[in-house]
Amino acid sequence: MKKISLLLAGLVLMAGGCSDTTSHSKAVYMLLDTSGTYTRELDKAAAIINYLLGTLQPGDSLAVARIDTGSFSEKDIVQKMTFDGRPSVSNQQKRDFKDNIDKFVKTVKGAPYTDITGGILQAAEYLYETGAGRKVILVFSDMEEELAKGYVRDIPLQLQGIEVVALNVTKLRGDIMDPRKYMGRLEEWKKKVETGQGKWRVINDLERLERILE
Amino acid sequence: MSLLSVLETHPLIAWPALVIILLVLLYLARQQMHRMVKAFTRVAAQALRMASKSLILAEQRLKQRNREVLLASGALAVEKELEREFHRVDAVVKRDLQTYPAFHRSMSDLITRIDEDYRKSTEVPPSPPAWIAAIEAVAQVPNTDGGVAEILGEINRTLDKHHKSAMDEFRKASQERHATLNKMMPVWRKLSETLEQVGKTITGLFERSELITSKMDEYEQIRAGEDQAERRLSSSSLTQFFISGLVMLIAIGGAIINFNLIALPMSEMVGGGSYIGNFKTSNVAALVIILVEISMGLFLMESLRITHLFPVIGQLDDRMRKRMIWISFIILFTLAGVESALAFMRDRIAADMEALRQTLAGAEAVRTQVESVIPTAGQMVMGFVLPFALTFVAIPLESFIHSSRTVIGIALAWALRSGAFVLRLTGNIISHLGKAIIALYDLLIFPALWIEEKLHREPKPARQAASAHDDKPDSPHREEVHP
Repeated sequence: MKKISLLLAGLVLMAGGCSDTTSHSKAVYMLLDTSGTYTRELDKAAAIINYLLGTLQPGDSLAVARIDTGSFSEKDIVQKMTFDGRPSVSNQQKRDFKDNIDKFVKTVKGAPYTDITGGILQAAEYLYETGAGRKVILVFSDMEEELAKGYVRDIPLQLQGIEVVALNVTKLRGDIMDPRKYMGRLEEWKKKVETGQGKWRVINDLERLERILE
Repeated sequence: MSLLSVLETHPLIAWPALVIILLVLLYLARQQMHRMVKAFTRVAAQALRMASKSLILAEQRLKQRNREVLLASGALAVEKELEREFHRVDAVVKRDLQTYPAFHRSMSDLITRIDEDYRKSTEVPPSPPAWIAAIEAVAQVPNTDGGVAEILGEINRTLDKHHKSAMDEFRKASQERHATLNKMMPVWRKLSETLEQVGKTITGLFERSELITSKMDEYEQIRAGEDQAERRLSSSSLTQFFISGLVMLIAIGGAIINFNLIALPMSEMVGGGSYIGNFKTSNVAALVIILVEISMGLFLMESLRITHLFPVIGQLDDRMRKRMIWISFIILFTLAGVESALAFMRDRIAADMEALRQTLAGAEAVRTQVESVIPTAGQMVMGFVLPFALTFVAIPLESFIHSSRTVIGIALAWALRSGAFVLRLTGNIISHLGKAIIALYDLLIFPALWIEEKLHREPKPARQAASAHDDKPDSPHREEVHP
């Protein structure tokens, strides 16, 4: 009986003690472009966030931040959360998250400038802090960066182990007239991300949301 | 000037010259080449033949070992069966035949009573007809004054009176006899029942003795190591292996369902975001619970002496064994209760997750939960019953382990035999390949050989003898390896 008790104790210790809480979790940071007319696209962004809330598991992290004039700031984070390990608590957290995002989408005001680089820098900082095994930055924007006077963003990105996914990259009026502008813009971002040792993807078809975290 | 340049510049002369030189060289090297090919092929073929032989020997040893194990296990099984039959006979003898002296006495008493009653019921013989002689004597007296007639009349009246009295007595005696016979009826019945009971017991014992005889015959066959016994045991083992394997598969299915019942709610207890290696902690915890349940089931079965996988448990004294039974049963019962609670929790979590999905999909709060409590109750009952059902896995597991020894032995012997066959076949192929290479070599230099034949014409018998001498090492009787 002594041996059996020892065995049971060992199994319980193995189940409870030797756990690895970081390497398998996911962390997603979503940047929402709130500049100009792009605010009209935010309903689509809300749908993507809902998809993420349904997909992410207990223990994963999700943050949503806006892109405005100066995005390299914690103030621009609309909501951030690491979901609890217990499914019941995690479900309630997801409900609260959704409510906050819905409120934000309804009340958001357009920003005059678009500081995408600042947003990505802020996102990378947050993602590294989570210590998640998989780190993803979703950029819901037309990827046209417009900086206010005095903002310096000509700095190399550090995105090692981070995937950057550009979502719903809409074509601007100038892009329609000259598609090279659109392609050049995407190519420039790809180069910037890959130079920072990150991975770059573009997903414009929002009907296939499962590709975001594939 | 290199050889290539010569070939390019004077191809018509250089090529034939090269061919002739090569032919001459090959012809000169013919004997050495033949010896080398023969040596290599012989070495390879013999090595393979030796390997094949060693495999055959290993197979025979394994077969012998399998036979010994099979016969030993068969003998043990028959011994157990015989022991059980003897125990049953002992129980029957103790239960029924122990009281045989009482039966015997009871039957003797009954027979005595029947005998007495029978004696009482015997018919009283009628009185002899003594009056006839008196009447005849009176009738011979001359009837002068009518006195004889008077006497005869008186005798007649007396006779009638006596006859009536005798008849009454006879009827009374008959009634008494019938009454005595009537009293014998239940005694007869009781005697018949007693004899029937004894008969049944004796028949049962007879059947058992026949079974014991057949088992003893089987046991003797096994002890004698007869092939028939081995075949029967082997076939029985294979059947056991497949049947127990099938039952084990069914049990694995049950375990998977059990796992799915408790894996999700376990994340509520140990957290859904932690991992052990590549596996979720909640899944590992659920698996551990199921494995502990199976282990407790094994201990319970062992303690009940239904299975005999752990001799240590079987050898425990009865008090300790009973403690073991209770402890394993209580743990099993507790785990079954925990599983039932987890199944209930699973139902709630699943409903909550479904509601969240609908909210996220943009639908209004829809009542997705089925109003009926039957699914919840069903899950709870399943969660409670499955651990006990898994307890019985111990029985097929024991059969599987015991029969797998035989099956693995047979499979291994078959693999060794196949390996030996392949090695022998390869050896033979190499041997014949060597001959083919020699023949091909001779074919390549056939002009040289033809010239040699023309130049060295010898008398036919001598040449035949020489060729026979040359061919002798290549003779199939020497070289071929017969499987």
